[in-house]
Amino acid sequence: MSSSTPARTLAHPAISARLLWLALAVVAVLSLLTYLVAFDQGAVSQSGMYLHELMHDGRHLLGVPCH
Amino acid sequence: MPSFLSVLLRGLLAGLVAGLIAGTFAYFAGEPRIDAAIAIEEQATHSEPTTGEDHHEDELVSRDGQRAGLFLATGLFGVAMGGMLATAYVLLRRRLRTRDDGRAALLLAGGALLGAVVVPFLKYPANPPAVGNPDTINQRTGSYLLLVVLGLVAVWAGALGHRALRPDAPDWQRAAAAVGGFLLVTVVAYTVLPSFHEVPDDFPAALLWDFRLASLGTQLVLWTGIGLLFAALLSWSGRRPTAAAPLPGGEPVGADEARDGVDAPARP
Repeated sequence: MSSSTPARTLAHPAISARLLWLALAVVAVLSLLTYLVAFDQGAVSQSGMYLHELMHDGRHLLGVPCH
Repeated sequence: MPSFLSVLLRGLLAGLVAGLIAGTFAYFAGEPRIDAAIAIEEQATHSEPTTGEDHHEDELVSRDGQRAGLFLATGLFGVAMGGMLATAYVLLRRRLRTRDDGRAALLLAGGALLGAVVVPFLKYPANPPAVGNPDTINQRTGSYLLLVVLGLVAVWAGALGHRALRPDAPDWQRAAAAVGGFLLVTVVAYTVLPSFHEVPDDFPAALLWDFRLASLGTQLVLWTGIGLLFAALLSWSGRRPTAAAPLPGGEPVGADEARDGVDAPARP
């Protein structure tokens, strides 16, 4: 964090390489979360179909493809 | 990058709350239709051999568990979408030609709703349980995700069309250019991607319609909530004498100062 500019809550930071990497990491984590909630058929989650079944109503009502 | 973190936290929070509100909507508007569809599925399931991936043979999770899981699903999905919206906001804020942060947030949320929800929904509408061929799940998922991406590209093409004309062009011309750019990408995507018609002939049409409306409504509530809450949280500067959780990044500036964009020269 550079101290040259005071940290502003609503700053519009310039797109630095660091910010891009950070954004990429955030999107990757959130994509995994989205996958587990909405698209996992038990292939990635170690719970088998448990997660899939637990959030089954949600997937259907969010409109993602399901069996 | 404290400001990214602070914006991200606002997005995640907006997504969580909007997800729970959307879950509440889905609970009342959607659950009765899911129950009706499952009842139909129960009747039909004995006439077809299962492929080992049957939803309701093993009963891993009870129906009550699934009703609770609805809120978990929409809440977590909302968190993910809110975080992605916040990330897009940080990356695109400078390219959006508006001085108002809240307007920028609403524009992005509206674009996400149109591109990532409405465009895919019109070609691949939501299906209740008992509709859908398990053998095509991978093709359907792949096509759906591709259409989400292409829908966002279509929104981007609309923005490009809007900007292609001179700023002093009449509003209707810029709007027409935006619609043209959006439609161009959307029509090509709809034409190129495969279609899936998997609704059984004897499935009640009214039930299918009601379910799909409930599903679209859930996404509408979710994205409307994310957009409004994220915009509201952006305008909130955390200036409270006993803030329970001070935002990372030290001293936030006053809301009025931030909203007016101190580094933008005032135009007479």
